[in-house]
Amino acid sequence: MALSVPAIMKTTAARLSALYFLLFALCAVLLVFYMTSLSASMLTGQTQDTINDEIIGLARAYKKGGLPLLVRVVENRSRQPGANLYLIADTNGQILTGNVQALEPGVIDTEGWTTEPFSYKRFGEGELDRLRSGASDPTPSPSDDAAQTEGEKGHNAIALVLRLPNQMILLVGRDLGEPERFRAVIRRALMLALGMMGLGGLLIWFFVGRAALKRIDSVSEASRRIMGGDLSGRLPVTGAGDEFDRLSENLNSMLARIATLNEGLKQVSDNIAHDLKTPLTRLRNRAEATLAGKHKPADYRQALEGTITESDQLIKTFNAILMISRLEAGYSSEHTNRVDLAAAVRDVVELYEPVAEEAGVSLEAEVNGAFLVDGNRELIGQALSNIVDNAIKYSTDSTSKPAVRVMLERTHGEIRLCVADNGQGIPDDADRARATERFVRLEKSRSQPGSGLGLSLAKAVMTFHYGRLDLLPGNPGLSVVMSFPAREDH
Amino acid sequence: MQMPATQPSSEIAYNGPMKILVIEDDREAADYLQKAFAEAGHTAHVAGDGETGFALADAGDYDVMVIDRMMPRRDGLSVIAGLRSRGNTTPVLILSALGEVDDRVTGLRAGGDDYLTKPYAFSELLARVEVLNRRASAKEAETVYRVGDLELDRLSHSVRRAAREITLQPREFRLLEYLMRHAGQVVTRTMLLENVWDYHFDPQTNVIDVHVSRLRGKIEKGFDKPILHTVRGAGYMLKGG
Repeated sequence: MALSVPAIMKTTAARLSALYFLLFALCAVLLVFYMTSLSASMLTGQTQDTINDEIIGLARAYKKGGLPLLVRVVENRSRQPGANLYLIADTNGQILTGNVQALEPGVIDTEGWTTEPFSYKRFGEGELDRLRSGASDPTPSPSDDAAQTEGEKGHNAIALVLRLPNQMILLVGRDLGEPERFRAVIRRALMLALGMMGLGGLLIWFFVGRAALKRIDSVSEASRRIMGGDLSGRLPVTGAGDEFDRLSENLNSMLARIATLNEGLKQVSDNIAHDLKTPLTRLRNRAEATLAGKHKPADYRQALEGTITESDQLIKTFNAILMISRLEAGYSSEHTNRVDLAAAVRDVVELYEPVAEEAGVSLEAEVNGAFLVDGNRELIGQALSNIVDNAIKYSTDSTSKPAVRVMLERTHGEIRLCVADNGQGIPDDADRARATERFVRLEKSRSQPGSGLGLSLAKAVMTFHYGRLDLLPGNPGLSVVMSFPAREDH
Repeated sequence: MQMPATQPSSEIAYNGPMKILVIEDDREAADYLQKAFAEAGHTAHVAGDGETGFALADAGDYDVMVIDRMMPRRDGLSVIAGLRSRGNTTPVLILSALGEVDDRVTGLRAGGDDYLTKPYAFSELLARVEVLNRRASAKEAETVYRVGDLELDRLSHSVRRAAREITLQPREFRLLEYLMRHAGQVVTRTMLLENVWDYHFDPQTNVIDVHVSRLRGKIEKGFDKPILHTVRGAGYMLKGG
């Protein structure tokens, strides 16, 4: 996975990692800042307390023994190691005693607490260093140099400046080295923490983010493959049962549905192409043949009329194929509602009764009560009229008086609508099974007009109604049975 | 296919020339319709897209409009809905390549008065447009229809011809009722199947012809004058002598 930096930043994982890193860093900085400021003020308070304590001690000494005792105590304390600073200066600011050799000018001019930390030089530091370096090694080492530089630079301190009654100046202070070291420690800790967080962010991105990224990449790769035309392809499912798996599973079922629909569509177009090319070719040939020869105007008229008749037939066929294909592909209609099959039977029988009478066929319906199903009246009517139409046509070769009976009955959760004729029927089982296929016209039906789509359409309508279309041998003749699932509430 | 207008026989009686608006984006189809309507004695204006059609329909005073469903710029259903919302009640026939039950219902719900699926025969279109003509005498409110010496009482469900009672089956009565409501106009087999039987499919056998000839037997037998005429290549027409 070779990605340039902007490309990496485009990934969700990297962006999230960066965002988390920034948020955590901000929190850490705020926390550290709060801690340092809190501890710094605490330390300052402590320092001031210490200085106050010293002042109280010195004041007691001054009360007791006047200036000489104070000077003695100061000299005594100055010799002790520690961070405390003592200084007594005369009215001109000349240092008389204490452990401070030099300090920033102006510090002792004003009474009270020094407002800012000031730098100072401790008494004896310089000599001590020089003595030590001179005794051990004539050439100063770099570390000594550094120490010297630090010494010359001096330390920072805060102090309380007081004027004694004789106008001499007393300064008691405390070195700030300790709080500053503390601050430095915290600063280092902060830098370290930030560094660790950056590293952590990177690691999180690398291990967690990249793992997620890899899954997503494999999903996108799979989808690209599928988009490329391999509709049988599926997204990888690892079996971990995580959100990625759930997503992949859902997308996979969607793909399966799309594949089914696509298959249906492909079949529709294949069927249409196949079923219409033959009659179209015939139509074209006829027109061509008419143009080729020399004819009387009446012949042209006849040819044109024939063309229109044939076109109409073609349109009918086309509509039927389209309808069958849509029904088979799971064409969904919002216009399914409660249909009374009894009423549908009465309507169709009434529609065909004159035709049957003219053909010398007795058409009877045996219907009592209501038979409700969920369906589409128009589709059921069309399917039933196709079946009744066929039955009337094929009952005419009956050996007895031709008759077609339409019956409705309820059996085991089904409503069976049976159209039985007493013609020759279809004796052969294989033929009977084939009769509902599109364009199948059994040998003896070739003499009858029709497209060969009537039963296929009826079958498709039954599929649409979650039912079945069965062709059963009658005694004699053929029984075509439409089985509808009965409504639950009936 | 024969255009009724090319047969100026006494069989066909028009309710006068109509002013028709055809909104159809297929130039060739529109021109054909314009020419065919002209031959039938009507005046047709053509709009090539929905927007233009809407403007024309809104401004003009048409007797019937023929609107294609799928068009550029503005589809037919939107044009119809727009016109209806502006109070335009001109009858509309929708032409569409979409012929499913649902499509028809959507079309009629949008404010169309009739729906014809492409491809269609012009005779079918003409017959439907003439029946839609808003200036055709509205017989909805009449309780007794009279055509020549034939009389149909919609309340008592009785039919008389020259004072002689004729007994009809319920469906035959409805068939005659529809034919009489549109007396003097061509009524096609599909129109009969749709309006009398409420079916929109093509039966394999021409069942309507048999019903009509049976009805004809009842209302013509024993009378000198034919009253229920067959219009070749189109349908039927009830017309008194």
